[in-house]
Amino acid sequence: MNQLIAKNINVWYGDNHALQDVSMIIDPFQVTALIGPSGCGKSTFLRLFNRMNDYIENFRMEGEILINDINIYDPVVNTEELRKKVGMVFQKPNPFPSSIYENVAFGMRIQGMNKKSELDEVVETSLKKAVLWDEVKDSLKKPAFSLSGGQQQRLCIARTLAVEPEVILMDEPASALDPISTSKLENLIFELKKSYTIVIVTHNMQQAGRISDKTAFFYMGKLIEYDTTKRMFLKPAHLQTQNYITGRFG
Amino acid sequence: MNRTKKNRLNDSLFKYFGILNTLLGLIMLAVFIFIILQTGLSRLSWDFITSLPSRFPEKAGIYTALIGTFWMLALTIIFSVTLGVSAGIYLEEYARKGFFSRMLEINISNLVGVPSVIYGILGLALFNRYLGLGGSLLAGSFTLSLLIIPVIIVTTRESLKAVPRTIKEAAYALGATRWQAISRQLLPAASGSIVTGIILALARAIGEAAPLIVVGALVYVPFIPNSPLDDYTLLPIQIFNWTSRPQPEFQVNASAGIIVLLFLTFVLNGISIYLRNKWQKKVKW
Ligand SMILES: Nc1ncnc2c1ncn2[C@@H]1O[C@H](COP(=O)(O)OP(=O)(O)OP(=O)(O)O)[C@@H](O)[C@H]1O
Ligand SMILES: [Mg+2]
Repeated sequence: MNQLIAKNINVWYGDNHALQDVSMIIDPFQVTALIGPSGCGKSTFLRLFNRMNDYIENFRMEGEILINDINIYDPVVNTEELRKKVGMVFQKPNPFPSSIYENVAFGMRIQGMNKKSELDEVVETSLKKAVLWDEVKDSLKKPAFSLSGGQQQRLCIARTLAVEPEVILMDEPASALDPISTSKLENLIFELKKSYTIVIVTHNMQQAGRISDKTAFFYMGKLIEYDTTKRMFLKPAHLQTQNYITGRFG
Repeated sequence: MNRTKKNRLNDSLFKYFGILNTLLGLIMLAVFIFIILQTGLSRLSWDFITSLPSRFPEKAGIYTALIGTFWMLALTIIFSVTLGVSAGIYLEEYARKGFFSRMLEINISNLVGVPSVIYGILGLALFNRYLGLGGSLLAGSFTLSLLIIPVIIVTTRESLKAVPRTIKEAAYALGATRWQAISRQLLPAASGSIVTGIILALARAIGEAAPLIVVGALVYVPFIPNSPLDDYTLLPIQIFNWTSRPQPEFQVNASAGIIVLLFLTFVLNGISIYLRNKWQKKVKW
């Protein structure tokens, strides 16, 4: 696994210049947090890495995103293959309207794996990695909607892990969760970074401080500052960063 | 009188107006069903259902009409569901939203309101004459399909629209192709309400007589159809035929036929209500 590299990224939604000349290198097997006030372009930036913005009608971009030295916006790149390597967890838990088991098995099934023994194994290991197995092992056939919000979010993570990605993108994954579920999720992220590269958008400064190795501060479509989380929180180079982190604006 | 009081008065006025109208509808329906049952129930028997049509009212039955109706239902399901659902999926999930697709959308919605006899005239020109299908089941079911395809398209689109977009995003994010996301997540999630809509459309279609008289459903068919190319008659046509006879015994037959037709319609509606309830329990966003 190599670095994720964003090179001179510009993004427009119609006339709205949402990202302005953003360049950034994201290290493997680390947690990188994206912070900044609402509307500054964090989600837009995150969704560049699995090409989820492609579905937005008036979306337009310039620049390069390199993953394993391949520009993923090259026309020869297969977006389905890309998304198996770069998984995503959304802000609101969004399980499929099917059983817990089928939620985790979905990624395998669409790749044509239908053997029950193999599926069983993947489902179990994925749920274990997402620290959900003990809570659901006796109710795998139950609908995913019967789980609590925090459990649903861990289910969504398990579902993502099942396709064996290298990178996991998370867009405010804890914003819909209670404090206990949030701390479980944070512990999980801490575990996951041993095997995955994680990029997480968060509005919670304490959370960014607790879980991330590096932090990037975005403001009005620009990357203002990007450094180790420690430096960002103790001695930021920009006044804007300091003001934002200490809660003086945004 | 102050504002609040006035609003409250309006509110309760409207409530009683609504109750009155609902009751009126229900009473009319009850009276209608009562009269039909009173006239026709005694005529209803296994013989009535399994007898061929006849000049003699006491011998005549609905066998050919009933079998014709089942044939018609089966063929119409095949054509209308395939075309209607796939067109709905295409328009909702694949077609680029622009001027052209908006025009198409408006026109399809308008088609829902076109009187059914107009479809009959179209079917007569297109299927009976131009394609040379004559007064066959095939021509009839094509015509009936035309009639309900717009309804099925609209239902399919509405049902797909009701599935949260987050489900589609989740499927894409796991590496699903567009078709995988649609066929494995969107359609199953929407299928309950799609099927409900289809059944309701069919329940309406099996009661249709007007367009089928135009495309040549016969009033007297002494045999049951063996293939989609055969002549046929249908329950509503048989009933229509009997009601237009002078002998009072045929009126009794007509009532008995209406009971069977009503029964079929109620069964179809019952199935759709059952499916809808079952579905609502299973899915909650
Ligand atoms: N689908 C879209 N269509 C048009 N403009 C969009 C779309 N999504 C985002 N934008 C615009 O792009 C800019 C960046 O939005 P983005 O969602 O990336 O911000 P964000 O930092 O994630 O905000 P938040 O913290 O509220 O989630 C905003 O000005 C927003 O209005
Ligand atoms: Mg966002």
